[in-house]
Amino acid sequence: MSGTLVVAEHVEGRLRDVTRELVTAAQDLPRPVAVAVIAGNPASLADSIDLEGVDDVVAVTAGGDEFENDVYQDAVEALIAARQPDVVVLGFTVNSMGFAPAVAAKLGLGFASDVFGFSIESGQVVARRSFYGAKVHAEVELPSGVPAVLLLRPTVWAQAEGSGGASRTELAVETRTPRARHVRFVEAPVADVDITAADFLLSIGRGIGDKENIERFQRLAEKMGATLSVSRPIVDSGWMPSARQVGQSGKTVKPKVYLAFGISGAVQHLAGMKASGTIIAVNTDPEAAIFGVAHYGGVVDLFDVADELEKLY
Amino acid sequence: MLSHAGSAGPRAPRCRPLKTVVCVKQVAVLGDEVEFTEDERDVDPDYLERALNEWDVSAVEEALRIKESLVDGDGEVVVVTVGDEEATEALRRCLAMGADRAIRVGAQGVDDADPLTVARGLASVATSEKPDLVLCGVQSSDSVQAATGVMLAELLDVARVAVVIKVECETGSRTARVHRELEGGLLDVVDVDLPAVLTIQTGINEPRYATLRAIKQANLQEIEVVDLDREQPPAYRVRRMYVPERGEGAELLGDDAAGVAGRIAEIVKGRLS
Repeated sequence: MSGTLVVAEHVEGRLRDVTRELVTAAQDLPRPVAVAVIAGNPASLADSIDLEGVDDVVAVTAGGDEFENDVYQDAVEALIAARQPDVVVLGFTVNSMGFAPAVAAKLGLGFASDVFGFSIESGQVVARRSFYGAKVHAEVELPSGVPAVLLLRPTVWAQAEGSGGASRTELAVETRTPRARHVRFVEAPVADVDITAADFLLSIGRGIGDKENIERFQRLAEKMGATLSVSRPIVDSGWMPSARQVGQSGKTVKPKVYLAFGISGAVQHLAGMKASGTIIAVNTDPEAAIFGVAHYGGVVDLFDVADELEKLY
Repeated sequence: MLSHAGSAGPRAPRCRPLKTVVCVKQVAVLGDEVEFTEDERDVDPDYLERALNEWDVSAVEEALRIKESLVDGDGEVVVVTVGDEEATEALRRCLAMGADRAIRVGAQGVDDADPLTVARGLASVATSEKPDLVLCGVQSSDSVQAATGVMLAELLDVARVAVVIKVECETGSRTARVHRELEGGLLDVVDVDLPAVLTIQTGINEPRYATLRAIKQANLQEIEVVDLDREQPPAYRVRRMYVPERGEGAELLGDDAAGVAGRIAEIVKGRLS
């Protein structure tokens, strides 16, 4: 076994940013670093992954233009058989969730997802990930002697740039007829508000407790000159439209100020807002994960703070 | 194939008479304080509360809606968990919501089970139940692997789709049409052959509350218990758990609401000017 296999991700003909992050992460893993791009016609995508630090670009011809989990599974299994990598890295993304666990289960490989750090200790891969609402971290040991499949948390590593002058390998993989078939994409509905354009977001989460409290924070946001945004549970409850959702399945935002009320800070939420200029969080739980990325924190009742803020504006 | 794809009206999946297995987990929720077990490989159970995983509640609800939409009501919803005695509580909640039967895998107890070990436990039940559809939550809130359902599909050698936010199927059809929720809210419309494993995203439905009467009935219902096979190697082994270093962390703005509000106003003003 030798080297690291990075599986590139693309949608609608574009390489996804997470792939560049995987290339950066792979610099701390065994060489050579090969990046595989899987598509019906992978040539142009393969050009775009010839980044600095990539030793080999593998253009895998398989399936159609868009992701289908059986095609990716067959292709990655063929790549593992051909290259015998020590480590296979993918993004902790919806596409990877659809096939990488199946590869690990079928071939009996080591597997860990939502990984934000790793090391190799005498040949054994040790991954770092969190448990219990990200309040606790853990080192997990993957079995030796078989490839380790790691799904890496997005937005942890910087994006690889430049051009590496990597060698190019072509591989055609015969894949089975997919049992789950891509039909079409449906874009998210166009919204009346663009939270990604706001300088100041006042963001609310599960901590507000009740639908009836939405109006009050809407009012407070208006008074303060902020745009109201929300975390996923608020959208899941049907209290606000998804256009206002911050996080991986919503919008990635980068306002000058992000003021969060009652948001504990699920990993997917933090990924969507941690690049904000100044983050202020109000939450009664001092261990809430959002305090790990916030610049300022108030461990006080959010309604009391909202009352006091209303008096000031 | 479908007339109402994408419509916002009442959802009416009309599947053929079908049996659904729903895989659920009694997750552990950590409070404000934490202590570890002596070997430091997990949190001391005294510091953990237990609850039915939020994603799994959505999966159970979806299974019940599919069953209720059947023309002759001839479906069955079986809930399965891999877990210790305490996980029985999760199964009872699912029964109270309307599931027909419940099975717990782990007669000898379950500790620090990785997703592959859990998937093997679920597969042993699913193999004998022969369902048309298996629903799992996308992930569990306590370990966020997003892996168990797709591993299960592989072990059963059936189709799967992960992160499903809509399910539609037609009477007699051997396929279902589902929507996969990608990053940024982009939806991928996928046709999937049945039987299949779908991992269900929260927000797909509004889960029902159980009535008091249903809760009482669920408490009387028999729960089948079977052994968990732990012969095969796990996908990983936890070496140690620890409380992450905070780094610089957030600067605290005081401990009274008026003071915090005053500082927030000041900071906001400073940053936006």
